[in-house]
Formats: sequence, structure tokens, C-alpha cells
Amino acid sequence: MSAIELSGITKRWGGLVAVDNISFRVEEGTFTVLLGPSGCGKSTTLRMIAGLEEISEGKLKIGDADMTHAAPSERKLSMVFQSYALFPHLNVEENILFGLKIRKIPPEEQSARLLKVTDLVGLSSLLNRKPSQLSGGQRQRVALARAIIAENSICLMDEPLSNLDAKLRHDMRIEIRALQQRLKMTVIYVTHDQAEAMSMADKIILIRDGKIAQEGTPDALYDRPATAFSASFIGTPPMNILNTVISDNGVMIESENHTPVLAKSASPVMLGIRPEHVKISDSQGIPAELVSGDYLGAETVITARIGSQEILVRAAGRVRVTKPVAAHLSWSDQNIHVFDSKSGKRNDSVQGLAV
Amino acid sequence: MNRRLSKSHIYGWLLLMPAAIFLIAFTYYPTVATLAKSFFSQGTAIKPSEFVGLENFESLLEDDIFWKIAWNNVVYAVGTIPISIALAILMAVWVNGRLPLKSIVRMSYFTPTILPMIAVANIWLFFYTPDIGLIDQVSRNFGFASHNWLGDPDTVLGCIIAITIWKEAGFFMIFYLAALQTLPPELEEAAYLEGASRWYYFRRVMFPLLMPTTLFVLINAVINSFKLVDQLFILTKGGPDNASSLLLYYIYEVAFSFLDQAYASTLTVVLLAVLALIAIGQFVFLDKRVHYR
Repeated sequence: MSAIELSGITKRWGGLVAVDNISFRVEEGTFTVLLGPSGCGKSTTLRMIAGLEEISEGKLKIGDADMTHAAPSERKLSMVFQSYALFPHLNVEENILFGLKIRKIPPEEQSARLLKVTDLVGLSSLLNRKPSQLSGGQRQRVALARAIIAENSICLMDEPLSNLDAKLRHDMRIEIRALQQRLKMTVIYVTHDQAEAMSMADKIILIRDGKIAQEGTPDALYDRPATAFSASFIGTPPMNILNTVISDNGVMIESENHTPVLAKSASPVMLGIRPEHVKISDSQGIPAELVSGDYLGAETVITARIGSQEILVRAAGRVRVTKPVAAHLSWSDQNIHVFDSKSGKRNDSVQGLAV
Repeated sequence: MNRRLSKSHIYGWLLLMPAAIFLIAFTYYPTVATLAKSFFSQGTAIKPSEFVGLENFESLLEDDIFWKIAWNNVVYAVGTIPISIALAILMAVWVNGRLPLKSIVRMSYFTPTILPMIAVANIWLFFYTPDIGLIDQVSRNFGFASHNWLGDPDTVLGCIIAITIWKEAGFFMIFYLAALQTLPPELEEAAYLEGASRWYYFRRVMFPLLMPTTLFVLINAVINSFKLVDQLFILTKGGPDNASSLLLYYIYEVAFSFLDQAYASTLTVVLLAVLALIAIGQFVFLDKRVHYR
């Protein structure tokens, strides 16, 4: 039995289809991330699971029960909102206990649970503060505490970290993941930040234009992207996608037209290679021009040009590129991904060549 | 240093002057003059005005009409304020939701506010007219006898109250509507996810967050209940037997019909004192309970 199951879920607003026939399952106690660019329908999907949006078509099961048209409160789930949705006139304690008071949980149990939860998220000393007196990170913790105290096994999170600064976001990422594991919660987490998805998820569901582009573990999405879109969405910097031309001698990078990079292909294809798999050398490989370097501390991301196409290369340490320099780029055939030019789908039938 | 200071002083005063002249001429001087007049007797051709101390205030305490009218004003305030505020919130919540023809409904709620009170009074005068008025024509179909709504001391104040509520509720609605639109919708969603009913959400979240608006509207409503008397000129002239007269109308009558400026000044001072007390009371007691974001 899976905790949540969506089959053929569709959301329409008038003629506009926001979510188009989405089906997936979330196993109990796992961390699933809905990932995608803004406006792709990931938040709408989450809100349909929560019951905040009507489901136009399809079926939603939570546990064993059909919850397609159930009221939000019947679904036994908690939610953390992007804006946290804390009640500004209530203090931290009242905010956290809001739901328990509605459900008339006995006061002794309320205070016992409050003690446990505030201890867990580190809010014990702030119970009398109003939300306006808290920092962003503390508000985030209150929102988390309010979600946890209900002791629902399912928790939905809608971009909960997007209002925090980079450092805090990193810390909270680890904290949320640890909390999920400790409480064995089933979490569905919406984000547009692929780094967040990669570091937290058991399973990533990549959505584009209301449809699932790819579903799988973070490694699977990184190592075997199913489409050129997945390839270019995941990874910082993302995978290089180069256009190619087919000739009698094999498939060559467009505008370089010299070195075969792929064995024969019947249809037009694109070549994908991750920046970390490209090596710079003086003589071996495809001639290119290094244009600029983006120094990040432990590494430098170099923008290079093959013919007229740009390619990113990741090099360890500091590499100075102050003015364009000629160089050669090479890679192993193991690291090549091939995608269909038209559909963008992965095409494993074309053999990559080492250069 | 000193010269520059005095020069900037002159600039400052020049900038303040236009507003200051108007405020002094039309607000502060009349107020102070009124206060002064209340300590003097009304002068006549043979007996000039003289200082009488608190004599005017003593006769006010013994004036039965004043007490009757003061009581009318209390009834009028208590009758109009809570109901018009409650109606305003109700209408605002309603037109804030998803509703077909939302802007038309909003506009029609606001229409009574745009109409001048004199026009409103004329419309309602037709409603209340015995036999041929709207109310009598409708109630006759249900077998009720004709009733002189404005001529009966028992019903006349109620009729005035109804008009005021009709006129004010739409005005207050605008403030509540504006306040409601600043509430983030996630609060409502978060509450529903926790299983809150609509009433629970209103009571615990929406109403407390509307408190700053309520305070503002309340002060306005209280001031209006002493200030808004235009309808009396058209409908009742305070009658019958002062049953529908309000303080401001009484002041007008004393000053311009009975030409007793001194006594009118005394009444005005009392009215101002009462209003000031109420306003201070509201700020002091309610401000602590209001959550400002």
C-alpha cells in the first residue's frame, strides 16, 4: 500500500490545462520532491492533494481511501506554506496549538505535545513571541512545528525554504530531512530549486508544462536524464546540450563540422555532456576557445566555445581566463548522452565516441 | 547662526500660514468663542448679554427636552452602530468571495453612501408615508392595518435608525472590504486544513485581524451618530413631541429657531465634551486589544 496515489489527475481553469493527466505514487515514509520551473503546475498538484483546489479529473487515494473530493480537513495531512501562513495576532504557542484546539484535544495532551515539538524544532524559548518578532528561520520553524504537532503521517510542503537566505536554507534542508526520517513522515515537497531536490529527495518527480517529464531517484535523474529538458534542469551548472550535424563520416558538432562525436544516426540528435566530464587539454580532442571563467572557490566554471556553440566546463581550483584562449576539449564515450532533436527524448541507440 | 535660524523660522511660519489661517478662522476661534458664549446670557435689545457663570449649564440640567433628546441620541447610537458594523462585515465577507457579478453587487452596496442624505430621506419618506407608502402597500397585502410610521412617537426613532443603517453599512463595508483583501488567503487555507469551520475561522482569525478597521469604523460611527441629522429636516423636524430629535438638531433649533445663541453654545460645549470623552475612551481601552500588523 502506498501512502498517496494519484491517477490521471488533471486541473483545468476554463480552457487552460494547468495539470495534465498526472499519475504517481508516493510510498509511506518517503520524501518525494515535485520539481519544475515556475508555472509548471507543481504547486497546483500539491494543492489538489491538500484539497485546496478541486480536482477536475482523475482519482486521488490517500492510504486506502478515495479522497478525490474530500474536504481538506478529512485528508489527515499537514501543510507548510511558502509564506508560512502564521496567524499574525497569535503568539508562537497559540499558532502551534491552533489545530489541536479546533479538534478539542485535552489540554494536558496539548501541552505535552507542545513541549515535545518545540523541543524538536528548537522554539522552547520563543513561545510568547508574535510572528512579527521572529526571524525568517524562526517563523519557518513555527510553521514546521504546527505541521508536526498534528501527528499526521503526511506532510505537504510548498516551497518552504524559498524565503530564507542561502546559509539558512542549507541548514533547514538538513533539518527537515532529518526530521522527516526521525518521525517517519511521508513528505511531498514542492520546489523549483534542483539542488534542494537532489539533496533531500528519495524520489524526484520532474514536471514540465503540467506533465511529468521524469520520475526517479536523484541519481537516476542525474545519470540518465530521460529528456533534454531533465538534463538541462538538473545539475549546477546544467548539462551542455549541443546541436549536431549528420555527415558521411559520422555525427559532428554543428559549426565545428570536423570531428565525429557520435556514430551513425538515422535522425537528427543532440549531444549532451555534463560540464564535469569535459577535460581541457592543449592538443587532444576538439579545438575550442575558452571565453571566460567563473571562479567559485573550489572550482571554476569555464565558458568555452566550439564553433559558434557555447559549452560549460568545470575545472578544479582556479583557472584564469582573462582573454579568449585556444584549447582542446575532450571527453570519454561513457559520459555522452544522446537526445532526439525533435522530441528531446533520450536516444540510447546512438553510440557516443570518445574525443 | 541666529540669523539663519530666524530666517528658517520665517519660512516655516509662512508655509504653515495658509492652513493655520483657515483652521483658526473656522475651527479654533469658533470653538473657543462657543465655549466663551456658554458662560454668558443671551442678550436682547433691552437687556445686554452679561456673564452668568454656570447658569446656562444649570438650566440645561433642568431642561427635560434636553434629557429626552440625549436619551434619543443614546438609543440612536446603540441602534445604528452595532447593526451597521455587523452588516458591513457580513456584506464585505460576502462580496470578497467568489461571486458572479461581484462588482455590481459591490457597487449597489455602496450606492446609499454616494446619495446625499437629503435625497435618501426623500426616498424613505415615500416608503414611510401612511396608506400610499411602500411599507403600507406591502403590509396591507398581509392584512396589517395602515400605520403612520413617522407620526407615531413609538416608531419614529426606529424609522430614523433604519435609514441611517441603510446609508452607513455600505460605507463601512468599503473599509472592511479593503482590509479583507490584505489578508493573505493562505491563512484561511491553513485554518481549513486544520479543520476549522468558517465560523471558527471568522471568530479566531478574521475578526481579530480586522480589529484596526473596526476601531476606525467604530469611531466614525459614533461621531456620525451625533453628526448625521440631515434626514430629520426632511422627515420629522424632530417630532412628534421631540420623539425623533437628536442633539445636533436640537442645537440647530435652539440657535436658529429660538435664537438662543447662549443656550445653543452651552449645548454645543456639552456635545463636544461627550464626543471627546468617547474618542479618548475608545483609543485608550480598545487600542490595547487591537493587533496592528
